[in-house]
Amino acid sequence: MEKLTEAEIKKLKEISRELRCTSLRMIHKRQAGHPGGSMSAAEIVAILYFKIMNIDPHNPNWEERDRFLLSKGHASALLYAALAKRGYFPESDLEHWGELGCHLQGHPDRLKTPGVDMNSGILGHGIAIGAGIALAAGQKGMNYQVYTLLGDGECQAGLVWEGANTAAKFHLSNLTAIVDHNGVQLDGFVQEIMPIEPLAEKWKAFGWHVIEMDGHDIDQLFHALMEAKQTQDKPTVILARTIKGKGISFMENKAYWHGVAPNDEQLAQAMQELGEEI
Amino acid sequence: MAGRSMREAYGQALLAYGEKNQRVVVLDADTSSSTLSKYFTEKYPQRFYNIGIAEPCMVDVAVGLALGGLIPFANAFSALLALRAIEAIRSNICYARTNIKIVANYAGVSDYKDGPTHHSITDIAIFRALPEMTLIVPADADQAAAFVPLIGEMDGPVTMRISRAGTIPVHRGDEPLQIGKGIERRKGIDITIIACGSMVGRSLRAAELLEKKGIDVCVIDMPTIKPLDADLICEAAARTGAVVTAEEHSIIGGLGGAVAEILGEQQPVYMRRVGIADTFTRTALDPDSLMDACGLSVDRIVQSAEDVLKKKE
Repeated sequence: MEKLTEAEIKKLKEISRELRCTSLRMIHKRQAGHPGGSMSAAEIVAILYFKIMNIDPHNPNWEERDRFLLSKGHASALLYAALAKRGYFPESDLEHWGELGCHLQGHPDRLKTPGVDMNSGILGHGIAIGAGIALAAGQKGMNYQVYTLLGDGECQAGLVWEGANTAAKFHLSNLTAIVDHNGVQLDGFVQEIMPIEPLAEKWKAFGWHVIEMDGHDIDQLFHALMEAKQTQDKPTVILARTIKGKGISFMENKAYWHGVAPNDEQLAQAMQELGEEI
Repeated sequence: MAGRSMREAYGQALLAYGEKNQRVVVLDADTSSSTLSKYFTEKYPQRFYNIGIAEPCMVDVAVGLALGGLIPFANAFSALLALRAIEAIRSNICYARTNIKIVANYAGVSDYKDGPTHHSITDIAIFRALPEMTLIVPADADQAAAFVPLIGEMDGPVTMRISRAGTIPVHRGDEPLQIGKGIERRKGIDITIIACGSMVGRSLRAAELLEKKGIDVCVIDMPTIKPLDADLICEAAARTGAVVTAEEHSIIGGLGGAVAEILGEQQPVYMRRVGIADTFTRTALDPDSLMDACGLSVDRIVQSAEDVLKKKE
């Protein structure tokens, strides 16, 4: 199996760090957004956009591209940071996120922002829509992969499991779901709000290939995504254990930071912890 | 008073259109034997997806297929599409403007035997409130069939609301049909009846009874509820000075509401809405007697026309 070089791992770690910094700056500037779930998914989004996915920023609607659905659409800052860094639009656009005239909406909008494959915001849709895109590949004789990133709290939504049934029924091995399994949702700990464990057993029972790993470990992420791509006859779910607010001491594992923007002092401290000058 | 059932005509038309257009894929939510999407299914099983009793998921899978460049026809009962699946329809079809054709079957009270859970009397109000949605309510079986290629060729979200039952036939095979245009089925100068779906044929019957009383009635068949043909409505209202609307739907938010919005702002005239009063329906042994019991009888249209004419005088 293909392996990442030390240089690639170093590069992807640095990109993850940059995406965290950019996302936090965006959320601070706008005084709105979702820092906790953006920090937890930074490595996942970094490896998809900068190593795994077959995409062309100069041709965002290329029919044979791999697709990414941010089912947990509230991590939009992270997606926008990645798309800008990848060259879909100027990084200076990020400063205008949420302004009336800006293409960057609170949650992703495929018609406004180049590189956004599908709108999201209401949780629960990514698996079922991903299943449809994966089915279309079969109809069209194409080989693209479909990736969808969802939250663990999102797994409380019944529609996730309707989609899981569907993807298994149609043997959609070109569909990979990644659960940002950070254990925290808006109102508190997932296991207190509405328990979802045993999550791996549930996905297995729904007919999916299940991989459990550390969602902040670039090498493990790479192996999991390679294994997903090589899995035949069934969809794969990667249960990526992550830390909500990862990298910022006062945000880690705190439900408070699900949807609250840092103030000036908090941003300064966060940037310092991320090794960045403000 | 029914002709060929609308679902039968739709099922055959979907098969015929799907034969011509290879981009068509069909989805159903365990109702293909009811919606008659099964005619397509039997011939083209590789282009058919049965998603089971999971209407929001069916909508989302259709969304994905559309994003992949196909033209999905998503079939289910209208009550479930308009209520259970509406968030997926709003967010992922309308807001994301994906090219999907929703065929909302068993509309109105046409599933007479299954009762109010299965009757769909608020769907026009719901679908027409959604930005980007085009809403078609064909008047009879042939018109439903004729709309299939039109909605298939149109780029963008469409809902076609069709009945389980047959209706009084009104569509002439060779007549031009255009999304967004009403059809004047009968010319008249005293009053205008604007109707959709099963109530077009009933309105023409009512017009014949009114003619015997010396009242000259204009009848407009309005198969596109959105975008609504405001020019035709205002022109007829200005000419006749009185309007009755008729629909197999709640009087709240349906065709009558849409016409009232136009007339109130552009051409105020006296009007009456014939529809289901703000109440739940009930079970019956046949669709026609149920429609009559729900306030949709020919006599009710006649009576409403006479009431409006008294006001006009």
